Amino acid sequence: MKIAFFPGCMVDMIYPEIGIAAVNVLERLGCDLVLPDEQVCCGQGLLNSGYRDYNIPVAKMVIDAYDRPEYDLFVSLTGSCMNAIINDYPIVFEKEPAYLERTKKLAERSYEFTDFIVNYLGKTDLGASFHDTVTFHKSCHVTRLLGIKEPPLKLLEAVEGLEYIEMEHADRCCGFGGTFSFKQPEISGEIVYEKCQTIIDTGANVVVGADVPCLMNIKGGLERMRSDGRLDRDIRVMHIAQILDARE
Amino acid sequence: MSILYHTDVTLRERVAECLKDDFKHNAIKTAQEVFYNKRAALVEEMGEGWEELRLHATEIRNHVTENLDYYVKMFAENAEANGYIMHYAPTDQDALAEVLDIFEKTNSQSTVKSKSMMTEEVGLNEVLEEAGYKVVETDCAECILQKAESKPSHIVVPALHFNRDAIRDIFTEKCGYEGTSVPEELTHFLRRYLRTEFLNADVGIRGCNFAVASTGSPTLITNEGNGRMVDSVPKVQIIFVGIDRIVPDLQSLDTMEALVPRSAVGSKMTAYFSVDSGPRRSDEVDGPVEAHIILMDNGRSRILKTDFEPMFRCMRCGACLNICPVYRHITGHGYGSIYPGPMGVVMTANMVGYDKIDTMTFACTLCGACAEHCPATIPLHDLIRQHRINIVDQGKNHSEEVPVFKLLKKMWSSVGFYKFAMGAGAPVMGLFTNDKGALDAKSTWMPVVKGWTSTRDFDGLSKDRFRTWFKNHKPLAAEAPVQKTEGTEGGGE
Repeated sequence: MKIAFFPGCMVDMIYPEIGIAAVNVLERLGCDLVLPDEQVCCGQGLLNSGYRDYNIPVAKMVIDAYDRPEYDLFVSLTGSCMNAIINDYPIVFEKEPAYLERTKKLAERSYEFTDFIVNYLGKTDLGASFHDTVTFHKSCHVTRLLGIKEPPLKLLEAVEGLEYIEMEHADRCCGFGGTFSFKQPEISGEIVYEKCQTIIDTGANVVVGADVPCLMNIKGGLERMRSDGRLDRDIRVMHIAQILDARE
Repeated sequence: MSILYHTDVTLRERVAECLKDDFKHNAIKTAQEVFYNKRAALVEEMGEGWEELRLHATEIRNHVTENLDYYVKMFAENAEANGYIMHYAPTDQDALAEVLDIFEKTNSQSTVKSKSMMTEEVGLNEVLEEAGYKVVETDCAECILQKAESKPSHIVVPALHFNRDAIRDIFTEKCGYEGTSVPEELTHFLRRYLRTEFLNADVGIRGCNFAVASTGSPTLITNEGNGRMVDSVPKVQIIFVGIDRIVPDLQSLDTMEALVPRSAVGSKMTAYFSVDSGPRRSDEVDGPVEAHIILMDNGRSRILKTDFEPMFRCMRCGACLNICPVYRHITGHGYGSIYPGPMGVVMTANMVGYDKIDTMTFACTLCGACAEHCPATIPLHDLIRQHRINIVDQGKNHSEEVPVFKLLKKMWSSVGFYKFAMGAGAPVMGLFTNDKGALDAKSTWMPVVKGWTSTRDFDGLSKDRFRTWFKNHKPLAAEAPVQKTEGTEGGGE
């Protein structure tokens, strides 16, 4: 069974280590992964900024790359991209019936990373060990818009040595919001600082998430708070794939 | 007042002002927590019943919207049978003209008002005062705002931005108050102060939460009892009813009444809930001698048969404000509209048009918490994005941002260009990143990324791409064969 893997552009450009960890996890589970050459970006920043027509060629490239008979399943490492492809592309392709149809078909065999492991493969204990205190950011796209609530927590629960501490308002937005963070930096900054504070208040040494864009935002917020003295210790920011790959 | 206020400055300037005001900022944050926790407890108590109720309300509201002409007619006929005098107001100007006409014909000089967003929407107070009439707001918070000449910071609890000391000072200066800032003392004073106003006013003006078509009844949900004084003391009554307030019958009203207080303030019910049925009957001792209903459209029907039609379901409960991560920090004043928060962004853009709203549709992270909490399941974040799409489609976006999005489109739809940009970008960015590989506070001069780096660090491009690693890596051996579990399906939701 061939699985077409969608790492998301941030993993490709900025955080290859997250992609490597995810591939390790999935391959250990026996998955045969393919990374189509034409994978670039889902383009949701265009649609979400109102540039729907600009999103069309980007979305077409994604569908052409991933909707192929030789791929049995589609697995997205980032919930946000998954949401864009299955929930937003129907809006992008409003006037492109052929692509709309293909998107719907692709959606039927699409899974977000943690949902795939827990609900498709039926696995929760992946033999990972991680001896530290961990809190988890329940990102909007995974938790709310895709409705995937339990899988990441079940996976974390099964990690040996991991001590989970729930943060206040874990499902409150981190303030990234795509181009929102560039267009309204003052509001976005205020939201991410508050998110960081709830993370700090748990006392956990590690914050984990299943959505790369949120992690980038939270990491940026924590680093800034660290450098300007609002935070007096290091807090690691990790993707759940890195925890599941860990043997430490 | 009309829908927009404080339009002389940009949204970003208004936001900066709000963020500087620690008291207001913290007051709204605290209020959000209180409402959130109370609502969450009630919703949990109802279990699955809550979702059923939301879906039921959605069906009822959709049904009325789809048959609006039928229900408007039914409500108007039954209201007339109850003795109400009906006035139809396609626009705000029509509504104002009708009210002025009623004042003139009934020889009225003064009015007491119960909190009504629709009268704020048309700027009724200013118009009446200009015409020489006395206007007294009798809802505690609205009264504070009126005395302080301030604007609402929330649609349900509009004076959140004043603390008790500020309220004492306002009452001392404007109403001759001489007491302390103890809340009970303040409210006792207000009660006495307003009593005289109620007894002397000629006209009572109020809004309407829901209008029951089958019985011709306007209803009112309040907590302070001032609504009943407004209803029963003055000899003339004027009720503002939006054409999007109609429910078919008392049974459907019951559904709405179960949802609104829980969603708005986290209570099972409010202290007062009135279902009215016309002016004073010959055998009754109180109530208005004549009662008018202003049935107002003012742009509401423009959204019928458009993407924004779901907004017709809005109950103005404020649940979306109470959960919104943006509203939390910028308060109602940041938006500069009497309708703030997620519902406010959608509604304001619908009602005043794209030319006047600045970047308001971007005061949203599209997180979807609003839609999840909306008692009428309005996909608010999707509608906000739809406004953004319309703004671009109609060429009302900022022209200076277009080249950036054009470049992104080009890069994301061409493997070759993307590869080239990544290859060239990484070393260039590397010149400016710190020892952790991030653009930090020293990079606030950089165009485009400066928005980000002004408040947080931005991780730079990696030297090695994931794609390259993947191509060269040797797959790990499986620890267990892949087996599909029974009964699972893709698609996430």
